[in-house]
Amino acid sequence: MPVKHIEEYRDREIARRLIAQIHAASRKPIRLMEVCGTHTMSIFRSGLRSLLPETITLVSGPGCPVCVTAQREIDQFVALARREDVILTTFGDLLRVPGSGSSLQQERAAGCDVRVVYSPLDALALAARNRGKKVVFLGVGFETTAPTVAAALLSARAQGVSNFLVFAAHKRTPPAVGALMAAPDLRVDGFLLPGHVCLVTGTRAFQPLVDRYRIPCVVGGFEPLDLLGALTRLVAQIEAGAAVLENAYERAVTASGNAKAQAVMEAVFATVDAEWRGLGAIPESGLKIAEAHRALDAEACFDLSVPDVPEPRGCACGQVLKGLRIPTDCALYQKTCTPMHPVGPCMVSSEGTCAAYYRYHGGEGA
Amino acid sequence: MKPDTILLDHGSGGKVAHRLTTDLLLPVFDNPILNALNDGAVFHLPGGRLAFSTDTYVVDPPFFPGGCIGDLAVNGTVNDLAMCGARPLFLSVGLILEEGLPMADLERIVREMGRAAAAAGVQVVTGDTKVVPRGAADRIFINTSGVGAVPAGVAIDSSRARPGDRIILSGTIADHGITILTQREGLAFQAAIKSDTAPLNAMVAGMLAVETDIHVLRDPTRGGVGTALNEIAEKSAVGIRIHEDRIPVRPEVEGICELLGFDPLYIANEGKLLAFVAPAEAEAVLAAVRRDPYGREARIIGEVTADHPGRVVLETRIGGSRIVGMLTGEQLPRIC
Repeated sequence: MPVKHIEEYRDREIARRLIAQIHAASRKPIRLMEVCGTHTMSIFRSGLRSLLPETITLVSGPGCPVCVTAQREIDQFVALARREDVILTTFGDLLRVPGSGSSLQQERAAGCDVRVVYSPLDALALAARNRGKKVVFLGVGFETTAPTVAAALLSARAQGVSNFLVFAAHKRTPPAVGALMAAPDLRVDGFLLPGHVCLVTGTRAFQPLVDRYRIPCVVGGFEPLDLLGALTRLVAQIEAGAAVLENAYERAVTASGNAKAQAVMEAVFATVDAEWRGLGAIPESGLKIAEAHRALDAEACFDLSVPDVPEPRGCACGQVLKGLRIPTDCALYQKTCTPMHPVGPCMVSSEGTCAAYYRYHGGEGA
Repeated sequence: MKPDTILLDHGSGGKVAHRLTTDLLLPVFDNPILNALNDGAVFHLPGGRLAFSTDTYVVDPPFFPGGCIGDLAVNGTVNDLAMCGARPLFLSVGLILEEGLPMADLERIVREMGRAAAAAGVQVVTGDTKVVPRGAADRIFINTSGVGAVPAGVAIDSSRARPGDRIILSGTIADHGITILTQREGLAFQAAIKSDTAPLNAMVAGMLAVETDIHVLRDPTRGGVGTALNEIAEKSAVGIRIHEDRIPVRPEVEGICELLGFDPLYIANEGKLLAFVAPAEAEAVLAAVRRDPYGREARIIGEVTADHPGRVVLETRIGGSRIVGMLTGEQLPRIC
């Protein structure tokens, strides 16, 4: 399976020209936020920060789905894992996320049946093979993963696999970006919008936000040249005093997005208010299983009430997610909070801002 | 009648166990020291320093494209000895078998061990077999230990990297780890990727023939090239700079890494080495590596610096730089 068309987006000469262009255009000190965890990783992996002028500061937003999953929901996942009648299935990066008292990894070590899958369809196949158990898939992710979870749920219904359930903790990106833009303490001059999310939602999902808050926004792809191209356009907008929505990922993203993916989400999920770890409640920012599919909704089928426990003291993840602080400002960073023993959610997922800093920015042992 | 699966009796020390030794193991590993069937092997060694190493193999699945747990277990210990600059001579083999293991699987694994030992020019001179009840182990685990002779003048050590040293990598990275991953998870990639498991002792002998003073040798197995380089930077108290565009990765392996979010720098290899050599000797040693069948794609991927001691810095394809840290947590369990 050779992956073609990657080298073109890593060309050193074109990169050099774009970087020179950014250096020439950037005058005033600005802060730009990438709201996608994959962007955060790509920026680190390509060493982009080391090539940008001092005027540009890149800050990472709430773009790692694992990181913004509420502690309460993690506690509910743990409660599910402890049930004898349940096989819990999840993407791997959720395993180490600490709830208030435990994590799925700890539960697995204690003998609970928690399995890592690469696709919700694998969980569905597992359910078909284990009819005596309830196989619950943890639906954590943005508009990029929600459609495949919805499709798996519809397949389960079509195939009559009634022991396949979904715990939907999906999040919608535009309301969260809107909440950031509306925040009075926001210190961001422009947003690098998530290319993969826009591939599904279309750029039109973000247009009302740009119209309302007048903040420059550019949709970007994930290869180094995609990122540089998007940054070039953000800098140009800001220097010109413009504030529009631009698409710098035209080879993948359209205005209207992926109609099929939107339809399948529409068919399965209902939009609800949701709690984001570190950010608090954001209206209409969550996706739960719609009433019509209640029979496959893990939250409807099990009693998952868990006590309210405050989030850990001293953890700056909330401010990191808003771009107000960087990980190295946090008193816990690299001391009590490391990828091996994460305290806050941003340290857990490889796409979390703190974990990315730790890995690529000279954490312990680096 | 010959049973077609492993029974607890095969580890009993009785008749059935004896037959397993005489019918399967002795013909494959055939040599006078082993055939004597004493409690231990007695052999002559050349004078001078010895290298001694041990490793245990629990890879899941035991058969994978490019090899199996048998040749992996032989190559792994052969390579550990070779990384000391030693000429591997004798191995021991300890087998832990789960009751119910198909006899055909064991025969195939043992034959592959015999073939790998012959290819590496080492003799299996002592061994042990245990059988544990179903569920107490997963099919087959293998321990191999080995001794080798270190030639005079060889002083390979992770603490001997010096500023200016060139870093040679003997070929493509991440092949083994990604092969195991795709097999384990049943990922339906239509890619012809296979494990790179291979003996590196002939390659090392060729390198030492052109330059005795190789500073550091490592086979980047678990933790990959990234972790191995970090350990060397720390032990030698030097900085290391590598260049992304010089590190060979097969396109299909890179594609799977992209898809699953893995960094090939942290994925295991089982037939590759990293060598640190003074700049004046680097080209000659590189040429020696390339003459070996397992080193044709070797490259100089970077150099040692006096700057940033203890740190590994990668120059990215677009000319940026980033730190390559230690791997934290387990990316992938039971890969070897």
